[in-house]
Amino acid sequence: MSDLMKVSSNPHIRSKSSTSSIMLAVVIALLPAAGFGIYNFGVDALILILVTVLSTVLTEYIFEKILHKKITIGDYSAVVTGLLLAMNLPPSAPWWIGVIGGIFAILVVKMLFGGLGQNFMNPALGARCFLLISYTSIMTDFNCDAYTGATPLAELKNGKAVDILNMVIGKTAGTIGETSMIAIVIGACILIMLGIIDLRIPGSYIITFVIFVSIFGGRGFDTAYISAHLAGGGLMLGAFFMATDYVTRPVTIKGQYVYGIILGILTGIFRIFGASAEGVSYAIIIGNILVPLIEKATLPKAFGEGGVRA
Amino acid sequence: MNDVKERLINGLIKENPTFVLMLGMCPTLAVTTSAINGLGMGLTTMVVLALSNAFISLLRNIIPDKVRIPAFIVVIASFVTMVELLLEGFIPSLYDALGIYIPLIVVNCIILGRAEAYASKNKVIASLFDGIGMGLGFSFALTCIGAVRELIGAGTLFGFAVMPDSYVPSTIFIMAPGAFFVLAVLTAIQNKVKIAGEKRGKDMSKIQSGCGSDCLNCNDTVCTKRIYDEKEEGKANG
Repeated sequence: MSDLMKVSSNPHIRSKSSTSSIMLAVVIALLPAAGFGIYNFGVDALILILVTVLSTVLTEYIFEKILHKKITIGDYSAVVTGLLLAMNLPPSAPWWIGVIGGIFAILVVKMLFGGLGQNFMNPALGARCFLLISYTSIMTDFNCDAYTGATPLAELKNGKAVDILNMVIGKTAGTIGETSMIAIVIGACILIMLGIIDLRIPGSYIITFVIFVSIFGGRGFDTAYISAHLAGGGLMLGAFFMATDYVTRPVTIKGQYVYGIILGILTGIFRIFGASAEGVSYAIIIGNILVPLIEKATLPKAFGEGGVRA
Repeated sequence: MNDVKERLINGLIKENPTFVLMLGMCPTLAVTTSAINGLGMGLTTMVVLALSNAFISLLRNIIPDKVRIPAFIVVIASFVTMVELLLEGFIPSLYDALGIYIPLIVVNCIILGRAEAYASKNKVIASLFDGIGMGLGFSFALTCIGAVRELIGAGTLFGFAVMPDSYVPSTIFIMAPGAFFVLAVLTAIQNKVKIAGEKRGKDMSKIQSGCGSDCLNCNDTVCTKRIYDEKEEGKANG
């Protein structure tokens, strides 16, 4: 059947954007953060990023080859997953962490549920949490050539002073892609200008988080404390690149706000009351699991349905 | 003796309680953190299963139909208590490792399921071996799951280090999610083998056919695996 014969119900919207063009844009938007990570942490970070991306793409290729399915690595979604996962790894992690994480992300979280569009959880974050639970000591060891010592968030939790300017620029310990707020925001601006993401989820996420921290953080509306929370850890990376993942966010507009608010509250709870300093990845995967419920609750009424009878 | 052999194979392979019937998931997922724990749990359950099956089969004509479930539970609970005290006295290490899951054998659905589906309708010897077969199948499954989880999650097998020193164990496999991963993969492999067998034209229809060995209430009179009740048995033999 030719393309002209595709029959579907209206409305029909024509657009030039396709999965691969969107995914390619996300890859480009991630490059500033990845580039800064490589600049900041050196060759180790570059090798880890390459290994992780290679393992996600290869896993997808081999899985589809074995199962005689259509090879879908051309849509760059595996590249995005690999890149996002690598951004979430500490620069000192050995190469096989990237390989195991990449295989888990694609094979277990994505392909076993039916491939792109069917996964109920962000593959990169699923793999990160898998690695975090499996290899806790490796995944929380942020000592590397450039920095020794705890991440700014851990220091903040211990009540120590942090240098906010360095946190915004990104010259701190942390995972490869999360340290530089500036680089992430540049990438996010690219995505917003291209119309690939909008501010609904990141906006409601960050605002809710700020409100939560002001109320429960114990320091009131302390600008320095709150900006340290915003610039530290994976909040920016999570809010702009992972919470907005098309597959695992709610499709309804109201639902997206609800989703952002839930993520903000969960991240706040994990960071302030939890045992570890960071909680963005757990917040987002728990949010991912709640998405079907959110969508059900916020489903808009079809025209003509419902309403109050006079 | 055919009956005995058939019951053992049935429990081990054809109606393996874990991989085929999907019964007893709670202990399966919870205690299989190591091969030895899986084996211990499986064998403990097997003892209770065999004894309660035999005992319920003895009492099958006395227990009134309306109160059969409480009666079964009383029998099962008695045996579980005995086994629990014996374990505490003689194998305290296993007793500590299994913890709350020993008293919970009382509500293990495999045991109640076999009492209901088999022991309450069949002769003592057949019921005893049905219990042993099911118990062996359960032990086999739990040991497999425990071995895989221990190997990946701790790098050991039955407590012996088998992985090279450079191997970094993946802790998640000895935690709850690992149980689900391993069970899912082993069940998938079992299904794969079964489907491959069907393609070769073997009659594997009895595997996972939903046959609960409840032959009394089954209309499939030409079924070769049919087990007759006492009244029909004379006719079948004659």
